[in-house]
Amino acid sequence: MKTFRPKIPGFLIGMKIVIVNMFKTLSPFHSNPNVNYPFEKEKVAPRARGVIALDQDACTSCMLCARQCPDWCIYIEGHKELQPPSTPGGRQRSRAVLDRFDIDYALCMYCGICVEVCPFDALFWSPEYEYSEFNMGDMLHNKTRLDDWLKTVPEPEGLEN
Amino acid sequence: MTDVLIKVGFVALAALNGAVIFTIMDVKGASWMQRRPGPLHVGLRGFIFPLAEILKFVQKEDIIPTDVDRPVFKWAPAYVVISAVALFAVVPLSPTLVVADLELGVFFALAISSLSTIGVLTAGWSSANKFSLMGGLRAAGQLIAYELPLILAVVGVVIQAETMSLVGIVEKQIEWGVPFAFSGQIVAFLIFMVAATAEMMRVPFDMPIGESELTMGFMTEYSGIRFLIFYISEYMSMFVLCAIASTLFLGGYHLPFLPVEWVNIYGPISLITKTVILGFILVAVRWSFPRFREDQLQSLAWKFLIPASLLNILVTAILKVVL
Amino acid sequence: MNTIDPQNFQTISEASVSVEIETEDMTLNIGPQHPSTHGVLRLVAKVDGEKVYNVEPVLGYMHRGYEKLAEVRTYPQITTLVNRIDWVAGFSNEIPFIAGAERLMEIEVPERAKQIRLILTEMARICSHFVFNGAYALEVGALTPIFYAMEDRERVLDLIESVTGGRFHPNFNRIGGVKPAAGSGPTTKKNIQDLPAGFYRDTKIAMDKVIEAADKFQNLIGGNEVFHKRTKNIGVLSKETAEAYGVSGPILRASGVKSDLRTQTDYLPYDKFDFEIPIGQNGDCYDRWDVRTREMIESAKIVLQAIEDMPSGPLQAKVPKVIKVPAGRTYVRAENPKGEMGYYIVSEGGLGPYRLKVRTASFSNVSILPVMLEGALLPDLIAIMGSLDFVLGDVDR
Repeated sequence: MKTFRPKIPGFLIGMKIVIVNMFKTLSPFHSNPNVNYPFEKEKVAPRARGVIALDQDACTSCMLCARQCPDWCIYIEGHKELQPPSTPGGRQRSRAVLDRFDIDYALCMYCGICVEVCPFDALFWSPEYEYSEFNMGDMLHNKTRLDDWLKTVPEPEGLEN
Repeated sequence: MTDVLIKVGFVALAALNGAVIFTIMDVKGASWMQRRPGPLHVGLRGFIFPLAEILKFVQKEDIIPTDVDRPVFKWAPAYVVISAVALFAVVPLSPTLVVADLELGVFFALAISSLSTIGVLTAGWSSANKFSLMGGLRAAGQLIAYELPLILAVVGVVIQAETMSLVGIVEKQIEWGVPFAFSGQIVAFLIFMVAATAEMMRVPFDMPIGESELTMGFMTEYSGIRFLIFYISEYMSMFVLCAIASTLFLGGYHLPFLPVEWVNIYGPISLITKTVILGFILVAVRWSFPRFREDQLQSLAWKFLIPASLLNILVTAILKVVL
Repeated sequence: MNTIDPQNFQTISEASVSVEIETEDMTLNIGPQHPSTHGVLRLVAKVDGEKVYNVEPVLGYMHRGYEKLAEVRTYPQITTLVNRIDWVAGFSNEIPFIAGAERLMEIEVPERAKQIRLILTEMARICSHFVFNGAYALEVGALTPIFYAMEDRERVLDLIESVTGGRFHPNFNRIGGVKPAAGSGPTTKKNIQDLPAGFYRDTKIAMDKVIEAADKFQNLIGGNEVFHKRTKNIGVLSKETAEAYGVSGPILRASGVKSDLRTQTDYLPYDKFDFEIPIGQNGDCYDRWDVRTREMIESAKIVLQAIEDMPSGPLQAKVPKVIKVPAGRTYVRAENPKGEMGYYIVSEGGLGPYRLKVRTASFSNVSILPVMLEGALLPDLIAIMGSLDFVLGDVDR
């Protein structure tokens, strides 16, 4: 004679999972997976692509970033200035001065090609993300604002080895 | 005249409070089951959010689409809320604290609760929207199909208690010492809870609302206070059906080992506690089950619940005659 | 003929039997805006009550013109655009494109880069299957599994973000390997974008939680009798129909065909690892759900094995500064979470391809909708569409 072992119906196991999760939310011993956003902020990875920062003095307006951007959202204007020669009687050197360097964050795809191709260490990624505006025109960050973002660029962190 | 007014006021207050308690339990319970805190910033850790919801709906614009059948559209919420509120008049909080202790208490309750079918069907029909129409037609079939197990389950209790008045049924349970749910009517209890869930159109029986297909089904075109009436009447009917279930099957206002003179004090507390426990089970079921398809729902009612409840009546009647 | 001629009938019952009421089928527009169509898919359905007679999908509401955009952009720029095709599993869209360019240039990718690519592809697969589990349960009516799915998926997305910088659009592949450094200047060149500290420990925790979550879904959703009634024997797709229509991925495997492109690729080292390929028996909606849930567990096992022995080496092969791919044509296919994805690159030398054709999985999978939905009821239509797991970005490109 086969022994009769009743199987627990599947939906009761499902209900048990749901009620156990309810007690996990209420108990103070389980970590809360939620971040109460405006009052608490999440810890973002240092490599996260939040906003691009510009080091004005390093930029030579070579236009590589503006050319490689897939959306063409970087606007650069510059002019050349003649500097006094470094040794008396020498040739006057010309230096590129940046007039305008705007990144339009309404168009930017956050791909990072501009940061990668810059040969002069002028662009950096920063994980800041709270710069929404009410006005679409305010999403165009000019070079002063991009310079301000430099303070938020993190140090490169350790690698797994 | 004044006592009629007092009774009317009491019924309205009880209905609103019951709806608010169950709204809090449903929404906060749902959030906790989903590992999130739920409404948090409204006040008192979020527990007064029903007030905020009511105010929100009241201040919304009342949009009536152009092609609807206007008088039918406007009256549909009324049928649903009248059938939910009128049931509060027969639920006894104690042998003396009851708005109307009718001789045919249970009969009255079941008759009035079936009025909501018209409201749902006309809401679906009169909204000039194919999806609402489908929701309304599904609801008509479902509500009519699940009236029968509801009534037949209660018939078993009435046979065992020999009276249809709700106070009388609780007195009979006191006489027996054990609530009816554990003294022979367990099958009827389960059938009643399943049929009540279907009558309220809650998951797993919420095909008429069918949120992922019909985005609110028959209620899609309603906005503002009219939608608030539908929404609140669902919670009101949930409260009152759970209260009736705890009166019929779990002993209502009676708690054992307590002196009878104080029943006016512990009666309401006991009834509300039992109602909240039953409501919690319904909430846990809502948030863990998928929904039935319409034809599976109907075959569950006609092929399974009705024969089971008829069998229950047969067995109860035989035992009543024999014992 | 709707009129009754009273003289010709003897009894009322005869009269009522012979009157014909003309009905017409209702045309229901399960329109571009709908909670369950995974995007802007429009189905023009002819229904009779609840039974669906004829379904005509109308596509194109999300067409973004990838193939035209690719004609005027260079390879690194196209890599950024391409992870937006199937936005749920971003990393896996870049891989076949880059592999095609590498095949034309005949570059050998270093081992470490291949293994990092494999880990990130499997993580993207896990993310996509989490979305499927949560969203499918939501369409069938269960309202809590989507929250559990999103919570466990956050951990995996945080891991992808800590390595690549982006959660959904990683843009981490370069021709010849993965992104080697943060920039090309003297200091940024030293900022190597290898796996960050703590990656192995966090990955182990995350993958263990993924396996736990898959078990939880198998109990909460898969064991539920109502779910069985909604999905077993619904939308049965036979082996022959599936192969005839060109469906691929988990749908094909659920119909019983043992075909997984991961065993046939050479640009990712899948042969080093030990994993099973789940196959279904009937080809109904339940099998499609089951195959994807079991695939989640297998992907987690692959990642756990992959982080055990990671070869060391450079992150990118030696490539010239300005990359020009030699002339030629090639087609590379990959096993995306949704099916088979392929890129046909026609190159004529030059900084970008001359023509890029994208073969997406969801476009072919959607083509079986008219066949499977004939005679289905309306709730079954929702269940079947959900089980095909398509994303409109993948369908319309």
